Amino acid sequence: MIRIDQVTKRYADGTVAVDRLSLDIPDRAITVLVGPSGCGKTTTLRMINRMVEPSEGTILLDGADIRDQPVNTLRRSMGYVIQNAGLFQHRTILDNIATVPRLLGWSKPKARERAAELMGRVGLDTALAKRYPYQLSGGQQQRVGVARALAADPPVLLMDEPFSAVDPIVRKGLQDELLRIQDELGKTIVFVTHDIDEAIKLGTMVAVLRTGGHLAQYAPPAELLTAPADAFVEDFLGADRGIRRLSFFPSAGLELRTEPVVAMDAPAARLTAPADVPYLLVVDTDGRPLGWGAPDDLTAGAIDPARLLNHGRPFTPGRDSLRTALDGAVLSPTGWAVAVDDEGRATGVVSQQVIGEAIRTAHAAGREDVTAAR
Amino acid sequence: MNLSRFFDIPSDLQHSYAGLIGLHLREALIPVLAGLLLALPLAQLCVRFKWVYPPLFGITTVLYAIPSLAFFVVLIDYTGLSETTVMIPLAVYSLVVLVPAIVDGVRSVPQETLAAATALGLGPVRRYLQVQLPIAVPAIIAGLRVATVSSVSLVSVGMLIGNQGALGNLLNDAQIYHRPELAVNSVVTTALLAVVLDAVLVGVRMLLTPWMPKESTAR
Amino acid sequence: MNVLDYISHFFGDGALWHGYDGIPTRLGEHVVYSLEALVLAAVIGLPVGLVTGHFGRGGNTLALIATGGRALPTFGLLVLVVTWFGFGTGPAMVPLVVLAVPPILVTTYEAVRSVDPSPVDAARGMGIHESRILFRVELPVALPLILSGLRSAAIQIVSTATIAAYTGLGGLGRYIIDGLSQKNYEKVVGGATLVAGMALVTLLFFWAVSRFTVSPGVRRSE
Repeated sequence: MIRIDQVTKRYADGTVAVDRLSLDIPDRAITVLVGPSGCGKTTTLRMINRMVEPSEGTILLDGADIRDQPVNTLRRSMGYVIQNAGLFQHRTILDNIATVPRLLGWSKPKARERAAELMGRVGLDTALAKRYPYQLSGGQQQRVGVARALAADPPVLLMDEPFSAVDPIVRKGLQDELLRIQDELGKTIVFVTHDIDEAIKLGTMVAVLRTGGHLAQYAPPAELLTAPADAFVEDFLGADRGIRRLSFFPSAGLELRTEPVVAMDAPAARLTAPADVPYLLVVDTDGRPLGWGAPDDLTAGAIDPARLLNHGRPFTPGRDSLRTALDGAVLSPTGWAVAVDDEGRATGVVSQQVIGEAIRTAHAAGREDVTAAR
Repeated sequence: MNLSRFFDIPSDLQHSYAGLIGLHLREALIPVLAGLLLALPLAQLCVRFKWVYPPLFGITTVLYAIPSLAFFVVLIDYTGLSETTVMIPLAVYSLVVLVPAIVDGVRSVPQETLAAATALGLGPVRRYLQVQLPIAVPAIIAGLRVATVSSVSLVSVGMLIGNQGALGNLLNDAQIYHRPELAVNSVVTTALLAVVLDAVLVGVRMLLTPWMPKESTAR
Repeated sequence: MNVLDYISHFFGDGALWHGYDGIPTRLGEHVVYSLEALVLAAVIGLPVGLVTGHFGRGGNTLALIATGGRALPTFGLLVLVVTWFGFGTGPAMVPLVVLAVPPILVTTYEAVRSVDPSPVDAARGMGIHESRILFRVELPVALPLILSGLRSAAIQIVSTATIAAYTGLGGLGRYIIDGLSQKNYEKVVGGATLVAGMALVTLLFFWAVSRFTVSPGVRRSE
């Protein structure tokens, strides 16, 4: 565990970047430091690997003061990822990744073998190994940055706004990749960002800092959304935190209706809807949803998929959250959300009313499932 | 060395100390000015037609490598033992330094800025005079500083072709009359001239570019 | 007679191809003087430029020193040094080194200082020693600019080393100085042609050096 204990950073000109900050950073989890610019989040991160020395207070790594070991030994035991990746432009991708293993005295073949293995792990084609950084896209460069930080298998990973410089779609891919890698490797990750959505998506714990280096709140993301400590945190979280909080409620318990689901080739007898369901969901022969149709408009044996109403984005119970289910229902022209299994086959439909019930129940029970956030 | 005769200029030079300084300034600065006037259109040509630059760069490098003395001597045939003979090579050296400086400066103007200028309805001439040239000023002045300082230094070599070296002529007299203080005078005065001119150019840059951050005058 | 006639006459003179005043001897001398001056200037300029550039401090002091160095008139300095210390290779080196240090110093400083700070930050965060950061991270990226500083210093040395002949030393300047006093313009033009040729060779040499020492990752990303 990394324990930040009453740490203050005051610069020579008197500005205080971090003010008596205390944080316990749990092992094998992602802890996100988030806040507006000038809140001291990057300074805090850089104090952990002593790129910045605290003016007061101590930082303990597994109970030992980080100043007890030589600074470069400390840094080599922590992966470090920065905003623009900071790749060495004169070295190939493979040699960039092999940097720290080589520093630690690994032989060249062993270091390169390890680097190639990591390229696979971060989702890079090993065909890129002999390329130079300028030949890669921003997203690919950032993957190399992550691979380079992981190369010597350090227990701790420090990430300073690593995904801020890439476009939103690439950023989402990198975030998902990071979560996947974290599931496999279980590192202790400290992650700095100014993007609250990124913090909520990635963090097991989120520390919200305010300008002047004060800790505003330190909590799991769901708790942050439910009970912001003060107006600053609430404001920083943004408008629709109620909706975003639904990300933490699983959709597994939703009661699905199967009668409104009919196959393309269903006989005329099946083309009637229950009294409380105005539309039928038509699926293809594999069971994949095609769209909604009013029972009166459907003729047995002659259903035209092109004339069906869009079924909106389906959700997968068990994997997706109530937020995704609600989103599917809101976007569906019929007000009903479509549930599918992992293969994309429709397993049932659920109405906005039922989802609303589930939300009320979940709120009442305070039932939250952190894994559902992903 | 007799320092009391530091400013006692031998009469064969036909100039007072101040006269030598004036002569030196004229021989050094006219070529820089001529070089600048030639360099501006040449540089613009290089910016407009990219292919002009590499061959021009090759030619100018060779010209730059020709020793000043050899340059002077070859010109004696045409312009005699005169100031002009000294000034022509110096103008060429200035040109050689200034063209790349101006090209880099004009090219350093961001593409967006040019696009914005065009979008505002500025024609090519106005765009050059009101946008490109002002933004290129720091680079042009940097080139002018190098050209001026080296020009001031090189005038002295003119001494070797019939005492056309202004302050450099003191070097000859220092040897003829065994008066080393004259050599010191020559070197110190020339160096001071160069430093003062350099400082003046830095001042001009600051006046012309109030929009630049103040912190560094490096280069 | 024009310049081209001078050149063909000069190089057509068989007597000039051997002996103590022959082209090979003079060329050799010139190469040796130039190399000595360049190495001396590099020994002074490179380390100072690298270290100040790495720490990003002292830029104004360097600019001052460089301006001072450039301001000292090379020819005057030569005469002065010879007046004080007598004739010889040593004194002749002084003005050449003073001439070459400023471009090396200033470009090296600028080259290292302008290296993208983020790889340096990443390297520091990885626990790479400061000296290793300078030589393994910053130097390879700064190399093209550093080489260009060395190149312009070398070309100025090659051109200016001719004045060494004024102090009675050898080198290609002999042809120019002797030609001037003998009113033998063939010799002057021939000497100048050789110097210009040597400058071109210097240019090619530095081009080749940068081909072999600059990483393709740096070269192509420019």
